[in-house]
Amino acid sequence: MNISMELLRDFSSVGAGASRAFSYPFTRKTKQRRLSFVYLIRTSYSFKSCSATLSLTAEVEEKPKFDVDKAALLARELRKSFNSGRTTNYEWRMSQLKSIEKMLEEKENDITEALYKDLSKPGLEAFVAEISQVKSSCKLALKELSHWMIPEKVKTSLTTYPSSAEIVSEPLGVVLVISTWNFPFLLSLDPVIGAISAGNAVVLKPSEIAPATSLLLSNLVEEYLDKSAIRVVEGSVDETTALLEQKWDKILYTGSARVGRIVMAAAAKHLTPVILELGGKCPAVVDSNINLQVAVRRIIYGKWACNNGQACIGVDYIITTKDFAPKLIDALRYELEQFFGKDPMESKDISRIVSSSQFARLARLMDDDLVSDKIVLGGQRDVNQLKIAPTILLDVPEDAQIMQEEIFGPLMPILTVEKVEDSFKIIQSKPKPLAAYLFTNDEQLKKNFVQNIPSGGMLINDTILHVATDGLPFGGVGESGMGSYHGKFSFDAFSHKKAVLYRGFDADASIRYPPYTTQKQRLLKAVINGDIVSIILALIGW
Amino acid sequence: MEKLENSLGELRQCFRSGRTRSVAWRKNQLRAVLKLIHDKEDVIFEVLQQDLGKHPVESYRDEIGVVKKSANYALSNIKKWMAPKKQHVPLLFFPSKGEVLPEPYGVVLIFGSWNFPISVALDPLIGAISAGNAVVIKPSEQAPACSSFLANILPLYLDDSAIKVILGGAYESEQLLQHKWDKIFFTGSPRVASQVMTAAAKHLTPVTLELGGKCPAILDSLSSPSDMKVAVKRIVGGKWGACNGQACIGIDYVLVEDKFKSTLIEILQKFIKKFYGENPRNSGSISRIINKNHFERLRNLLEDPVVADSIVHGGSLDEETLYIEPTILLNPPLNADIMNEEIFGPLLPIITVDNIRESIDFINSRPKPLAIYAFTKDETFKRQILAETSSGSVTFNDVLVQFLCDALPFGGVGQSGIGRYHGKYSFDTFSHEKAVMQRAFFPELEPRYPPWNEFKLKFIRLAYNFDYLGILLLMLNLKR
Repeated sequence: MNISMELLRDFSSVGAGASRAFSYPFTRKTKQRRLSFVYLIRTSYSFKSCSATLSLTAEVEEKPKFDVDKAALLARELRKSFNSGRTTNYEWRMSQLKSIEKMLEEKENDITEALYKDLSKPGLEAFVAEISQVKSSCKLALKELSHWMIPEKVKTSLTTYPSSAEIVSEPLGVVLVISTWNFPFLLSLDPVIGAISAGNAVVLKPSEIAPATSLLLSNLVEEYLDKSAIRVVEGSVDETTALLEQKWDKILYTGSARVGRIVMAAAAKHLTPVILELGGKCPAVVDSNINLQVAVRRIIYGKWACNNGQACIGVDYIITTKDFAPKLIDALRYELEQFFGKDPMESKDISRIVSSSQFARLARLMDDDLVSDKIVLGGQRDVNQLKIAPTILLDVPEDAQIMQEEIFGPLMPILTVEKVEDSFKIIQSKPKPLAAYLFTNDEQLKKNFVQNIPSGGMLINDTILHVATDGLPFGGVGESGMGSYHGKFSFDAFSHKKAVLYRGFDADASIRYPPYTTQKQRLLKAVINGDIVSIILALIGW
Repeated sequence: MEKLENSLGELRQCFRSGRTRSVAWRKNQLRAVLKLIHDKEDVIFEVLQQDLGKHPVESYRDEIGVVKKSANYALSNIKKWMAPKKQHVPLLFFPSKGEVLPEPYGVVLIFGSWNFPISVALDPLIGAISAGNAVVIKPSEQAPACSSFLANILPLYLDDSAIKVILGGAYESEQLLQHKWDKIFFTGSPRVASQVMTAAAKHLTPVTLELGGKCPAILDSLSSPSDMKVAVKRIVGGKWGACNGQACIGIDYVLVEDKFKSTLIEILQKFIKKFYGENPRNSGSISRIINKNHFERLRNLLEDPVVADSIVHGGSLDEETLYIEPTILLNPPLNADIMNEEIFGPLLPIITVDNIRESIDFINSRPKPLAIYAFTKDETFKRQILAETSSGSVTFNDVLVQFLCDALPFGGVGQSGIGRYHGKYSFDTFSHEKAVMQRAFFPELEPRYPPWNEFKLKFIRLAYNFDYLGILLLMLNLKR
């Protein structure tokens, strides 16, 4: 299986055409980079026509491609840097984290602007969902790093007496972070913060589908961080392929299950451990005996106010009872208007669809014969502005495409069942999602849900927030991914936990060594079981 | 093939029914493993003798005893492990509850290995059971008596609608890997591990790979002769005492300062004689080479004349009995195979350095091993080894015993593996840790929702700083 071909199939279906013009290799000279950055801001970035961008590329001279050789060189360079011990000491890690903190303070406007350029993300959403989360992560690491780095003492048993033992966290080495386009800033920097705090050298490959943010990250990392150990490689399929051929000590990938498989297969060649943060169809089960207004607002918050449905942990679909559905739909209708006004297409408080190919995909889901007549709210779209209104569909058939793939957009199917418990079977018949939500006051239902619905994480009576809680690991299971991070879990994710046992030369038991006798056998049995009575008995020859 | 499909279907069905999730089921299965080990101890000694020529003491120490200990440990801790772990949730989200709940992956596949065919199959099984999964064990066909034993005896003691043994070789393994598993646990070589992980990638199946590597033993100068004796004795035990060198954590080679090489060789020879007599072949206390393939492989390592020249002790081989004498080599060429692949046999190269601290660079220029052993009393040197080398584990002044320490994770890094187990780590390796958060409908934070405005932005800034006083002031309209 050729990595490049596989990636090309996937990437080209998500607007890579337009973004190719912006896949500047990382060896660009600074001067020209700044110039073209300015052009980027001035040129109204549109996916419709590449003419503006084509003339831009003509002005920039042909730069050497970032190919396998360049990738190998990069990996070697960073490995040299890591081997010099530079990244492992506490001071270096703290200095990098402090620089990130400074960068977030000083460049907040630039970041917000880039996110607006890439996704029309409202300023406040950019702040809440991305900038503050990164700030939080950074702050936590700065505060806790010295504790995290302390070896963990562990108890030893009679079996290895006398001895002492501990678990030492050490960096893995040189790690690769491959990020994605929907929270391009957060999902790039958050793992990088984890990698740095664990003492690794890092290569970050941001998504080319969010080119303004990708470019910004490249510039900011160069400006604020230690470039001998932390680098950004911009680009698309080719660059990612070149990177994946190298040996890394860990790879953290955020994106689709399809590409996740490719990443893991590439990692397998080098026995590189991976963390895959994927997605899935995150269901929200809505019971009837609840505070409907609050529940609905939280659902909207977890769907349309969160990158307009383009979030891995966003609510993908709702399951509720047949009786309750009309009430739910009315409440949604009302609250949507409160949030986004009478005409959501005009609202400044909602993000747009990221690219024309994503737009086309969502349009196809809506136009599907099986569901086109099930739309009960919304359905408006504007291909020029890449906007689709919050759309609700009722009782779509299970075999419709919209129920077969992760929607990742502002379409919300509502499935109805006789009893709310029937929702469990529906969820269990699908691949395990990254998150599962339940709105209810019924304690037994909550218990059953938690026990019986496998998912990366779950949240009762709210949406999304569990990933903002540092104490909880963020990761999937099955199709939604493997491994986790956030908070201390990020530090752990990028560390090797080395087991260390200290022994002395005293008390060397001859029972350990041949020639083996029955007496030795008996004593050995007792020692392994750590059973002091048997040890004594064996010693006295019982 | 059809039979495999049916078996897998049965396992999936069983898991879905929820049967493997109850504490009672898990404890029963663990007790059944204990009973099996107890009832069939003699049979186990026999099959290990058959496959590997293992002496019962070695068999007990490395296989039966390990499984017994694991099962008992799991039984006494399982309720604790299964309980959700409360996590701190910020005041901002009050009232809410956050916890991490372990849940089984589902149907898991365990690949056994041939050198510790009983424990490397049953120890992970204990982890998989305690975590509540349904399991398929694929023992190594290179240890046929043990594999048959597992296939025949396990169904008599364990719940065979949830735990199955599937026998076979490379073909059957390939077939198994075509299917979707919820977790794969593999013990073996890096080459095969890479194939397993590639196959797992197709289904996004998480893997734990327990591999090996060239585990070095660093022998620093020890001023007291009795310490030196103990150290070398342990080195002998750590090389030939565990399946005759065929162990992932066995000592692969020794690093020592040039001036101590003669003493080292002398004492090594002394203990080899003490442990195994004049003719180790007849001692009965040393395992044999597993099969012809590996015998050939080891013979080939000695074929290079320069390597053969470096032999200072032993070197004799007998193809018929698959016997290779405990062999010591002094400074074989570093580019020879014997210094580039995991030996996994009774050949011990001694590499001399001018200053023992050079060992660190030597080790770092090679793939990360599963274990590093260091015999030293120099505290600075210990710290240096810890900080400047990377390995699955480090043990000071002893060998192999870290394996028996349930509180220490057992696993590799880099080429020596991915993931870990033993003790609670076995439970964890077969569990998905699900984050669960619960909230109430009140109070409601208005600033969470659009339409957005300046006030809401101010609020959220304060919220992210957990500046509760600021929030209060803002709410009371007292903040600028």
